[in-house]
Amino acid sequence: MKIAIPVDEKTLESNVCVSFGRTPYFLIYDVETKESIFIDNSAAASTGGAGIKAAQIIVDNKADVLLTPRLGENAADVLKPAEIKICKTITGSAKDNIDAFIDGKLPLLDEFHAGFHGHGGN
Amino acid sequence: MKIAVLSGKGGTGKTLVSVNLAAIAKASTYIDCDVEEPNGHLFFKPEGVQVKEISVKIPKVDHELCNGCRKCVDFCNFNALAYIKNKLIVFDDVCHSCGGCILVCPVRALSEKAKVIGKVQKGVSGEVVVWTGVLNTGEATGIPIIKKLLEESSEVNKQTFIDCPPGSACIVMESIKDADYCILVAEPTLFGVHNLNMVYELVKLFNRPFGVILNKCLEGENPAEKFCLEKNIKILGRIPFDNELGTLNSNAEIAVNKNEEYRELFSSLLNKVTKEVQHETTTNP
Amino acid sequence: MKQLLILSGKGGTGKTTIASAFIKLADAKAYADCDVDAPNLHLIAGWSVKPAKTDYYGLPKAEIDPELCIKCDQCRQNCRFDAVSIDEKYKVDPFACEGCGVCEYVCPVEAITMKPAVAGELMLYSDGEKVFSTAQLKMGSGTSGMLVTEVKKQMKAAAADAELAIIDGSPGIGCPVIASLSGVDMVLIVAEPSISGISDMERIINTAAKFGTKTAVCINKYDTNIENTEKIEEFCKKQAMPFIGRIPFDSNAVKAINNGQTVVDIDCISGTAVKEVYHKTMNLLFEKGGG
Repeated sequence: MKIAIPVDEKTLESNVCVSFGRTPYFLIYDVETKESIFIDNSAAASTGGAGIKAAQIIVDNKADVLLTPRLGENAADVLKPAEIKICKTITGSAKDNIDAFIDGKLPLLDEFHAGFHGHGGN
Repeated sequence: MKIAVLSGKGGTGKTLVSVNLAAIAKASTYIDCDVEEPNGHLFFKPEGVQVKEISVKIPKVDHELCNGCRKCVDFCNFNALAYIKNKLIVFDDVCHSCGGCILVCPVRALSEKAKVIGKVQKGVSGEVVVWTGVLNTGEATGIPIIKKLLEESSEVNKQTFIDCPPGSACIVMESIKDADYCILVAEPTLFGVHNLNMVYELVKLFNRPFGVILNKCLEGENPAEKFCLEKNIKILGRIPFDNELGTLNSNAEIAVNKNEEYRELFSSLLNKVTKEVQHETTTNP
Repeated sequence: MKQLLILSGKGGTGKTTIASAFIKLADAKAYADCDVDAPNLHLIAGWSVKPAKTDYYGLPKAEIDPELCIKCDQCRQNCRFDAVSIDEKYKVDPFACEGCGVCEYVCPVEAITMKPAVAGELMLYSDGEKVFSTAQLKMGSGTSGMLVTEVKKQMKAAAADAELAIIDGSPGIGCPVIASLSGVDMVLIVAEPSISGISDMERIINTAAKFGTKTAVCINKYDTNIENTEKIEEFCKKQAMPFIGRIPFDSNAVKAINNGQTVVDIDCISGTAVKEVYHKTMNLLFEKGGG
């Protein structure tokens, strides 16, 4: 099972990033092999639709679960048909959240905020 | 004669000026281009309102034809497309209607459908024809609405007042494209001057003749007036800071309809503006 | 870091006047001006050092190379934004260009390229103790939501230890406002007692509600219309929204601002009222538990 988390730095001890769409990096953690991969989030540089592009990155990297503090409607609309489980993070590092998730302690994230509606526009 | 009223800063009095000038000019047209937050209609309370919905074209997928090549997803600079579990999803709200995805699709799986983004309303208030543009919350850009507003309301030989959005972004530029003359409304504060400078640069860039109306004038030094004198900008008139005028305005009442003093004030402003516009159009046709 | 955002809906209600006073009262170590279309806070923030500037790039703009152009007209026909015009040569209007890339795609001779375009400038003032983050969007640009996000990011990165950050927001309900709402702990809405002001205030309250952010309302220049002031207070009561104060219209406020000072730097009635609103705001912002 692969877990994806938006992170501020490329370490397991990093804080979870407050933004999903514009996080600098994603951590993809493989629960079985305990391997960590960090990917640059190219969506962060987008003027609009960052959540959608970031979600596409998560889907393309074959994550099964996403742990995030919040998520927009548009990103949720990409992740749900991909059947990726979405859980709400707690304060702490990426590692803390992975452990909490494995222990079944993280709640499902079911509230999605309205999209920022693209806005590269004029 | 089309006159655009703008200001860099919000709350300086664009609507106060454009609404009252339109009202005193009698058989005129008032166009509210502040499509995100139109307020003019609150003053005019137009009747017999006709509404036209404005839509833009966004892509529609034929899933049978789509082969998952993702050329559209990669092309879209606005991230409006995603491909998940062999299905292409379009994000209507994020799409900028550029038509690019439809062009790049090698199997013609994409076609277009209309999406409503707002409306244009036309009504009448006394002798004034009131046009209002409204952009639905969350839509990417109000430019298509403004384009339609200016297109539909265009009537030769009628005095037209265009109430512009604040700032100097693209929607403001679109609003002044057809204007014969621009009135810049300035307030006598440090902030007001700073933002007056922005629209001053804008009207110069677009080569529009312009003048300034100083609003909310108090005693003492007026930084906006100083700015105009320094830059040799024509001051069309001064509206004093006036509690009663403020109260009328805050109750969405049209001042020139309530009080002889304001009728005179705006009448003389209108005369000044008309003279200026005529002068400009004869010396710089 | 607790972040306080000041919004209004309608322009000209007094966000910057109040934000600057709060910054003075709190001796805030971190603050930002998110009104990137028309930033004003720097005019009274009193910094003597020059800021560090960074170019901000928005969407790329198309450029036509006249040497390669064969005038086939494909670009102009396919541009949905009327950005391509002919004046002897084919040209792209950078103000109308939305950076979609269609013209680049349809050009049969590769005469069009999408070039990175500077859409604004980020500025960061710092003196070792405090940081002030702001930006200016270039005239005619449209990518303000993302620039707002960059302003906040810049502030947080430069002042990670600050306990309190005060953010002067932008008017309206559009993208820049939504971008500024992300991640803040509380929103203070400065309302104006006019019909237009009330209408815009309601829209901004709805927008903030979608984020579930703690929100409070205060009224500026309340005595310009007592009736409308009472309407706003009624509205807040009905919505169970904290109403935390009325600030009177004060011509001394204008004088202070024009002198580059905040209303709490001089002795005036608006300054006194702002101090009260400030204390109530801080209490709400830092209260333990609750919503």
